[in-house]
Amino acid sequence: MAEDEKPEEPWEHDLEDPEPFHHESAHPAHSRRRGVPALYGIMAEFDNPTALVAAARSSYEAGYRRINGYSPYPIEELDEAIGFKHTTLPLIVLIGGILGGLGGFFMQYWMAVINYPLNVGGKPLNSWPAFIPITFECTILAAATAAVLGMLALNKLPQPYHPVFNNPNFALATRDRFFLVIEANDPKFTHGEAMQFMRTLGARDVSDVEV
Amino acid sequence: MADEPHNLDPQHTTTPVVAPGLTFASVTDKISSIVLKRKTPIWWFAGFAISFILFQLLLLTITQLLFVGIGLWGINIPVAWGMDILNFVWWIGIGHAGTLISAILLLLRQQWRTSINRFAEAMTLFAVAQAGMYPIMHLGRPWLAYWLFPYPNTMGIWPQFRSPLMWDVFAVSTYATVSAMFWFVGLIPDFATLRDRAKSKPWQILYGLLAMGWRGSARHWHRYEMAYLLLAGLATPLVLSVHTIVSFDFAVGVLPGWHATIFPPYFVAGAIYAGFAMVLLLTIPLRKLYGLQGFITMRHMHNMAKVMLATGLIVGYGYVMEAFFGWYSGNRFERFMIWNRMHGPYAEYYWALIVCNIVTPQFLWIKRVRSNLLVLWLISIVVSIGMWLERFVIVVTSLHRDFLPSSWGQYQPSMWDWTMFIGTIGFFFTLLFLFIRFLPMISIFEMRTILPEAEVEE
Repeated sequence: MAEDEKPEEPWEHDLEDPEPFHHESAHPAHSRRRGVPALYGIMAEFDNPTALVAAARSSYEAGYRRINGYSPYPIEELDEAIGFKHTTLPLIVLIGGILGGLGGFFMQYWMAVINYPLNVGGKPLNSWPAFIPITFECTILAAATAAVLGMLALNKLPQPYHPVFNNPNFALATRDRFFLVIEANDPKFTHGEAMQFMRTLGARDVSDVEV
Repeated sequence: MADEPHNLDPQHTTTPVVAPGLTFASVTDKISSIVLKRKTPIWWFAGFAISFILFQLLLLTITQLLFVGIGLWGINIPVAWGMDILNFVWWIGIGHAGTLISAILLLLRQQWRTSINRFAEAMTLFAVAQAGMYPIMHLGRPWLAYWLFPYPNTMGIWPQFRSPLMWDVFAVSTYATVSAMFWFVGLIPDFATLRDRAKSKPWQILYGLLAMGWRGSARHWHRYEMAYLLLAGLATPLVLSVHTIVSFDFAVGVLPGWHATIFPPYFVAGAIYAGFAMVLLLTIPLRKLYGLQGFITMRHMHNMAKVMLATGLIVGYGYVMEAFFGWYSGNRFERFMIWNRMHGPYAEYYWALIVCNIVTPQFLWIKRVRSNLLVLWLISIVVSIGMWLERFVIVVTSLHRDFLPSSWGQYQPSMWDWTMFIGTIGFFFTLLFLFIRFLPMISIFEMRTILPEAEVEE
């Protein structure tokens, strides 16, 4: 089950790329940006979720793949619009739960049967029904921990810096503003064309996001 | 995070879960301003001061306890569990409503949970913190509490996993950990909201650290929602297992009055009953003081009252069945146990419990009672007291007269039992006051999802 996702760190690509995309010879379309910081992408701002989802759909249909939406609350339609459907998180949680359960049970088994066998009231050493409650609790604990840490790890959090925060209006992404970003490392991305395209989406503002 | 938050059924005649006219901006500003902008009200200082003073009683009791030992309390043979264990059960039961609201109601897609879940989860966490202290202090040598965990040690021995007391250790510590994670994960997007709203640098940094760089990315939300849903799915069996295991502490013992198969469901229902009473007890004054009637509406009050009524009826069924089993068993010790509860030296506790827990909630059938917040608040207090009495009756009346009359005895809580109990109440409210001052007590991002404007029009 592969994570259906694109890397979100274009600056890493920039480091690998011997010819950054604002280099004139490599990307003629970027010629206007010579001498300014590298570009993360272009950001469009919307007032409501409907406009954001519609814009995300148009971008996807226009062939852009490295697009991402930012919203103050989860929008189910947005995931589909940007083409993000699967996450490996449930698998991670399942594995966590299985390991927790097996670990919990065999921890008790090893301690009570192998390492220190002790006859308690004539009960069998492997008195497994009495081991079930702790096995259950260990299952839940490991699965829940896997869910939280797995979510943070897949989201690459904590991440103190991210280019989108450079847009002064982006603070409203946690209030009532909706943002769409086409990232500069999209194969189809050229600055002029993408800018022109995003201006057609009915956004209240379109701006460059610097790395 | 209600999955289908947008389609409020127009045929639905009950009051809406949010007041009309609220927008993303007004919801965000109103809830975050309680933490960031508004002047801290005078009653907050007064309430915090009183709680903090009571909290000192707890510290005093614990200090004294470490010097003197548990002889400080009124416990002795035959009643060796007394108020310590009954308060443990009382507190942990209160915590369960928080998990029910945040996890079970999420899975059942009850959107009305949205405005009270954060608060209820905080209540869970703080109640579990109080509960956890009791068994540890009751150990006699609390500084050796880590012996309860299976760690490789120079003594070469392991804990006894066949004992319900060990199950308790795992259940309660798992419950505390999972509740804390669930609460924190729920807070991450709201930390980001506070980070972006805070005016002063130190608060921006603090909330920024806690938000961990949350930026509301659609990919993040997708995994976040998945994680939250899975956590809810895991917390649901967990909360049922915790109180089941707590009831095993009693039910696995062969003592009349404890050794009953009805204990697990009856304990779980009692926990939810007590927990909802506590949520009502706390939210009724809070929504008034902070003017949150638009978020925590009368519909919430009605629903919580109804849950309280339903679980109260299950608890009442439990009492009736306990008495019935005692009689029907034909076992003279069981029969004596129930007779002793009704007519013995603690009979007044038993009958007070019946009045508090079976008679009082019946008023909740009446809509006018559910709509009258003062009456509802008073009923919640009565139910909280009733649930405390229930644990008193279970712990004390079962222990004090068991099989052999020569080993019978009486139990009288000492002053230190009361200072410890009052101290934990002080600690609970201290934490709660800090919580409402420094963290958003209503989940801001989940409130946004249930607003009409959150709907994506196709």
